[in-house]
Amino acid sequence: MFKYYFSLALRSLRRNVVLTMLMIAAIGVGIGASMTTLTVFRAMDADPIPHKSGQLYAVQIDNWGPADHSMDTGDKLEDQIDYVDAMALMHAHAGARQIAAYLTGFALTPANPELKPFKVDARATFTDFFSMFEVPFEYGAPWGSGDDDARAPVIVITHELNDKLFGGANSVGRTINLDNEDYRIIGVMAPWNPMPRFYDLTSSDFEKTAPVFLPFTRAIDRHLLSWGNTSCSKASEEGWEGLLNSNCVWIQFWAELPSAAAVEEYRRWLKNYAEEQRLSGRFQWPAYTKLHDVRAWLTYEHVVSDETRILVLVSFSFLLVCVLNAMGLMLAKFMGRSADIGVRRALGANKRAILAQCLIEAGVVGLAGGLLGVVLTVLGLLGLRSVLSEQILELTHLDPSGVCIALALAIAATMIAGLYPTWRAAQVVPAWQLKAQ
Amino acid sequence: MEVLPILSAMRRNKVGAILVAVQMAATLAILSNALFIIQQHLALSSRPSGIDEANLFAISNQWVGTPPDESALLQTDLAALRALPGVIDAYATNSYPLTNSGWGDGADLKPDQTKSSTHMARYFGDEHTLNTLGVKLLAGRNFTAAEVVDRMYNDQAAPTALIISRAMADSMFPHGDALGKSIYTSGNKAQTSPIVGIVERLQSPWVSGSSWAAGWVENTAIEPYHYLAKSFCYLVRTQPGQLENVLLLSQQKLFEIHRARVLDKVQTLTEARREVYRDDRGLALILAVVCAVLLAITAFGIVGLTSYWVAQRRRQIGIRRALGATRGAVVRYFQTENLMIAATGAVVGIVLAITLNLWMVSSFQLERLHNSYAVGGAVIVLLLGQLAVLWPALRAASIPPALATRSV
Repeated sequence: MFKYYFSLALRSLRRNVVLTMLMIAAIGVGIGASMTTLTVFRAMDADPIPHKSGQLYAVQIDNWGPADHSMDTGDKLEDQIDYVDAMALMHAHAGARQIAAYLTGFALTPANPELKPFKVDARATFTDFFSMFEVPFEYGAPWGSGDDDARAPVIVITHELNDKLFGGANSVGRTINLDNEDYRIIGVMAPWNPMPRFYDLTSSDFEKTAPVFLPFTRAIDRHLLSWGNTSCSKASEEGWEGLLNSNCVWIQFWAELPSAAAVEEYRRWLKNYAEEQRLSGRFQWPAYTKLHDVRAWLTYEHVVSDETRILVLVSFSFLLVCVLNAMGLMLAKFMGRSADIGVRRALGANKRAILAQCLIEAGVVGLAGGLLGVVLTVLGLLGLRSVLSEQILELTHLDPSGVCIALALAIAATMIAGLYPTWRAAQVVPAWQLKAQ
Repeated sequence: MEVLPILSAMRRNKVGAILVAVQMAATLAILSNALFIIQQHLALSSRPSGIDEANLFAISNQWVGTPPDESALLQTDLAALRALPGVIDAYATNSYPLTNSGWGDGADLKPDQTKSSTHMARYFGDEHTLNTLGVKLLAGRNFTAAEVVDRMYNDQAAPTALIISRAMADSMFPHGDALGKSIYTSGNKAQTSPIVGIVERLQSPWVSGSSWAAGWVENTAIEPYHYLAKSFCYLVRTQPGQLENVLLLSQQKLFEIHRARVLDKVQTLTEARREVYRDDRGLALILAVVCAVLLAITAFGIVGLTSYWVAQRRRQIGIRRALGATRGAVVRYFQTENLMIAATGAVVGIVLAITLNLWMVSSFQLERLHNSYAVGGAVIVLLLGQLAVLWPALRAASIPPALATRSV
């Protein structure tokens, strides 16, 4: 039966090629536009560490009081903390694991004297970074807490840097020259580029992993300034010590809290810590602290830009217009076949059969429109890549699930558009149509 | 004219007419909002930075390690850059316009303010800065060579002189008497800095519409410092037409002077502008494409539907022609019909456009829609309808009167 209806649909669609093409084009263009933006949106809104995002918490402490704030999040909190708090939180070990981290960098001088030095970003952090964020290793392993304590000149490098410097060979134990100092490679990561780069959203949200990781203690020891944002509410004392003792915020802090109870306990502990700072006179305002898990943190930091949301909104409104368009055309098409339907009804087809026939016809249009939409989505993504700067776009592609969504959306949209015309078609009174002939 | 008969004809095909009207309303709502957003982003991205972008380039310099004679090296670099053929002037700085990265701070009139009078971007420079950037000094004087001192990252002394942008001067001293006044900047509450010069325009580095500096993007101060840091930038202004040449030459020269360095972000200010506004222009372009396709889809939809209506009414049209209606009358019939539908759609569309905009204003950083965009959108939609209906209407007009007698 379905096969027969399907061939009926094809025959009917072939009868008025222009109208059919218009419907397919409308649905295709609408699907293309909405799937293009939806694909970008899904990439930006992705959970970068799905099975653990509920256990990793970004920590915020109000160390400025009700002063001018640089961030525009509306809650008078900064998204980083200062060195004093970072150290206190690290030493307290109040969470299952915790890390402080900041972005810095070096001039890397290659062993080959022919090659010019080049700039590398580096992340200064603690050993638990790698286990907390489940960083995969290709060779070697993270440095240990002993290296943290010893301020050891050891580094972990990314797969990409290892490719560039050592052609992908096992480079563990070799050294590289960073700003005239030798650092020993202790581990090489397997490719790891969580997007968005949730653990540091202070500059760009979709930046790649820094090529070099080194102990935080070593970076402090070497007076390495932050290459990310540093914000201060008041001037600090001069020099490096002045910066460390200031209220300037430049360090990201994360805690791993495996259970709801642990989260509650940490929340209480953190509040208590801020309260102690008030009692000791360092803070002159009530304790104010916050914890956000990864997903909440991405929302808090507006990772999905307003521009993207506007594009999604516009493109889905556009799809709506396309569906209305297809609906009008389908209505015209089905009504134009009243006589045909009348004959069919007179020959014994019941209303349900007519409904099924028309809906299948709509579905065929939807499928064709969906296929066109998939092609247009691929083109649309290429187009976005060439006009927008977000690095995330380089990673956006239409995956199988995207294709399925596109086709499902197209068929659903066309079926919905076809509902009313179909219903009208089924209302055709056979006698009238036969009489008119 | 023949409004009533059109109405009664439409009543027999309510849903078709309503569909067209709703589609036109939605088109209008999307169109006017999209055009408005396009205009906003284009306006944002065409604001002048105040500097001679066409003849400027920047080199980001990063030392390998810390050279022992940092200060002397910087002076040597600058002297060499200034001496290159084709160079007008050069200076070293922490940051420059159109980069989205730099130093910002509050500026206060009194030492004990809890909230700053205004905010500003801080640029470091010397007596060559104004000439390099090509900014116009409106009042006061340039820095003298003696005023320019070395500065490390976390030095806290207040600058001994300031050259500020007019916007900054106006926001702190609305009576236009900023020159010679002293203000507190850089968080140092113990020392003030005198304003020695005012330049016409110099934008801060953060130019995106949603940045933290959106409210004070024109506020800047130049401080007389040579910035001794691991990384900083050289800005070089060249004679017209010499940019590409000097850009290559200066990199060679710098490596000749001192090899252990990284010249990282070498870019012309034209490139910097393109890069910093890429998303604004990209969004405008995407929305423009969407608008164009939207108009096409709506137009073709109207063509398709009207053609169908024409086909459906061939006999009636033939009868009308036989009874004496002119071709013009038939064309006018379909045009009037479309105008009535489109006008209804336009009224609904204007309401829809404003509603959509209000909702977007409450959810995103967006301005209120100017009424002219809703009205302009309505005009476009009405014209679009008339244009789209023309072809099917002409086809209808060509139906011969004889058809009335022929059928069945």
